[in-house]
Amino acid sequence: MRVLTHCLSFGKPRSLIGLWLGLSGLLAAIALLSLLYGAGDVGPARAWQALQNLGDAASYDSEAHFVIAELRAPRLWIGLVVGAALGIAGALLQAVTRNPLAEPGLLGVSAGAAFAVTLAILWGADTATLRVSVAQLGALGGCLCVLAAARLQGIGSDPIRLILAGAILSGLLHSLSSLILLYDQHTADEIRFWVVGSLAGRQLDDLVPLFPTLGVAALLTILLARPLAALALGEHVAIGLGHHPRVVRLLVIVVVALLVGGATAAAGPIAFVGLVVPFAARALAGPDIRRTLWLCLPLGPIVVVSADIVSRLVVPPSELPLGVLTALIGAPVLIGVVRGRRLPTL
Amino acid sequence: MTHDAPACERDTAQPDTAPDMTAPDMATQGLSLAYGSVAVIEDLDLQLPAGQVTAIVGPNGCGKSTLLAGLSRLLKPRGGTVLLNGTDIRHQPTRQLAKRLALLPQQPHAPEALTVAELVRFGRHPHQSWLRQWSPEDKRIVDEALDMTGLTPLAQRPVDALSGGQRQRAWIAMAIAQQTATLLLDEPTSALDLGHQVEVYELIQSLAASGKTIVMVIHDLVSACRYADHLIAMHQGHVIAEGLPGETVTPELVRRLYGVECSLITDPVTGAPLLTNIRRTRDALDGSAT
Repeated sequence: MRVLTHCLSFGKPRSLIGLWLGLSGLLAAIALLSLLYGAGDVGPARAWQALQNLGDAASYDSEAHFVIAELRAPRLWIGLVVGAALGIAGALLQAVTRNPLAEPGLLGVSAGAAFAVTLAILWGADTATLRVSVAQLGALGGCLCVLAAARLQGIGSDPIRLILAGAILSGLLHSLSSLILLYDQHTADEIRFWVVGSLAGRQLDDLVPLFPTLGVAALLTILLARPLAALALGEHVAIGLGHHPRVVRLLVIVVVALLVGGATAAAGPIAFVGLVVPFAARALAGPDIRRTLWLCLPLGPIVVVSADIVSRLVVPPSELPLGVLTALIGAPVLIGVVRGRRLPTL
Repeated sequence: MTHDAPACERDTAQPDTAPDMTAPDMATQGLSLAYGSVAVIEDLDLQLPAGQVTAIVGPNGCGKSTLLAGLSRLLKPRGGTVLLNGTDIRHQPTRQLAKRLALLPQQPHAPEALTVAELVRFGRHPHQSWLRQWSPEDKRIVDEALDMTGLTPLAQRPVDALSGGQRQRAWIAMAIAQQTATLLLDEPTSALDLGHQVEVYELIQSLAASGKTIVMVIHDLVSACRYADHLIAMHQGHVIAEGLPGETVTPELVRRLYGVECSLITDPVTGAPLLTNIRRTRDALDGSAT
C-alpha cells in the first residue's frame, strides 16, 4: 500500500487516483457490455434477464446462461488479463528503449512467441502450460534478437530504425511460421485462428497456466518502476542516483517476454495494444513511467475488451479476429505518432 | 607524545564514523582511463581539496570529461584507483556511493512535463528502499533543496518550460537532495548565457561554502579563475598545472593549453586573475599564413 501511496503522490495536475477510478468504472461498464452482446442468438435483453435471474431456478434460461458463463465470461477474463499484460509490456518496452514506438507486436516479440508456439505444436506439444513457457521463451528470443540488431550501428538511438529492425524480424518469423503451416496440415488446423489473435473459443483453463509467470512479472514490474523512472533522466543520471541501468534493462526485457509470451499463448499475437495503451496512458497522466503503468492496468483491458465486443458485432453472425481489429485501430495511431510534430522522447 | 600528535590529526581529519557529515577527501592513485583501446589518461595522481570548488580546465579532447567520468564511476578505470574518503569507489555498492557522491552529466535531459519538484525528488532515490519509500524527512530535504536553489515558487512547473539557468538549478537541486558531501559537474554552464552562468556559478559557490566538495569541468578559463578555489589544468591527458587560480594561471600556461597569447592582470574587484588581450600565437599566425 505504501507503494500505492508513493506512486499516487506523483499525481498532480490530474489526480491519478481520480483517473484510475474513472477508468476502472469505464472498464466495469465495458465488461458488462461484453457479457451482454455477442454474435449469436442471445441478445442483450435476454442476456440481461439471465444475469438478473442467475439464482432464480424458475426463470432459468439455460441457453443464455450457457452462452454467458461458458462463452462470454471466459473471453472477458482472458481479455482483461491479455489487455493488462500487453499494455504494461508496451509501456515497459517503450520506457526501456526510450522509444515511443517500441511495441511488442512491432518489435518481433509477439512474432517470436507465435513462431515458438508454431514450432512447439508442429513437434506435437499440446498442453497449455507448455505452450505458455514456449511462447515466453520465443518472446524473449524475439526481444533479444531485435535489441541485439538495434545495438549494431547505434540503431537504438533512432526510434524508426529500431522499428524497422523489428518489422524485419517480424516479417521473417511470420514467413517461417507460414512455411511451417503450409508444410504441416495438422499444425495449420490447430493454429490458424490462433495465429491472427483472438479471444474466441478460449477456455478459462487456458488462463490458469499464465498466473505463476504473470505473478512474477507483476512483482518485478513493481520493483523496476522506480529505477525505470530514473532511467528516463538518462543513463548517467540513473547511475549517479545509485541504479544499475544494465540490470534494470535486462530484467525489463525478461518481464516483457513473460507478459507478451503469456498474452500470446492465451490469445495469439495481438498487435498494437502495446502501442495504443501506453500512448493513451501518457496522454492522460504524463510521462512518469509509474503513472503510465498504473493507468495501463485499466486501459489495456478497456482497449482489448471493447475491441473484442466490436469484433463480435461488425460481421454477425461471424466474428472478426481480434488481432485484425486492433491492427485497424492501432495502425492510424502509429501513423499519427510518427507524423506528430516530433517523436516525444521518453 | 610525539607519536600522539599525528594520530590526533588523522582522527580529526577523517572521522570515519560519520563520513557523510565531513568533507571527503577525493583522490586518484595511478589512475588510467581509456575508451576501448584508446588510452586517454595514464597513471594520474590527483588530490581534490575538500570543501572547495575545484575546476578542471583544458582544451577540447584533453581528457577532462574522461577524468570526471572516471571519478564518478561512469568509466571503469583500466588501472589505478579513485579514492573517496580513502576507500576505492569500486569497492562500494553504487547505491552507497550515490549517498556520498552526486553527479550531474553535461546537459541532462528531463522527460517532457516532468515538474521541478518531481525531478528533485529523484535525488532521494539512493536513500529510499522498498521498505522505506517516501518519508516526511524526504519531503523536508526536497523542500530545502528547492529553497536553497530559489526554485520553491517554480516547484510545480515543468522542467522543460524553465529558462536555461533555472533548469540547471533544478538539476543541481536534485543533486543537493541526494545529500552527498561531494558533487561532480560536467560543464554545468555550457549553453547558458552570461546571466544564467553567473546564476549557476554563484549557486555552486554557496554549496561549497556550506561544506560540499565541488569538482566541475568547465570550458571557460576566465570563469574558472573567478569561481574556483582550486584549478586543475589538463593537456593531452596530463595535469600540467594545479593550485590556486591566482598562482597557477600564467601566460605560459594559457599558451600551452590553448595555443594563444594573453596578458594577465589581477581583477581589481575580485582579485582573481583576468586574461586580457587574448590573441593567436605568432606560431599559429605564421602557420596560417603559409
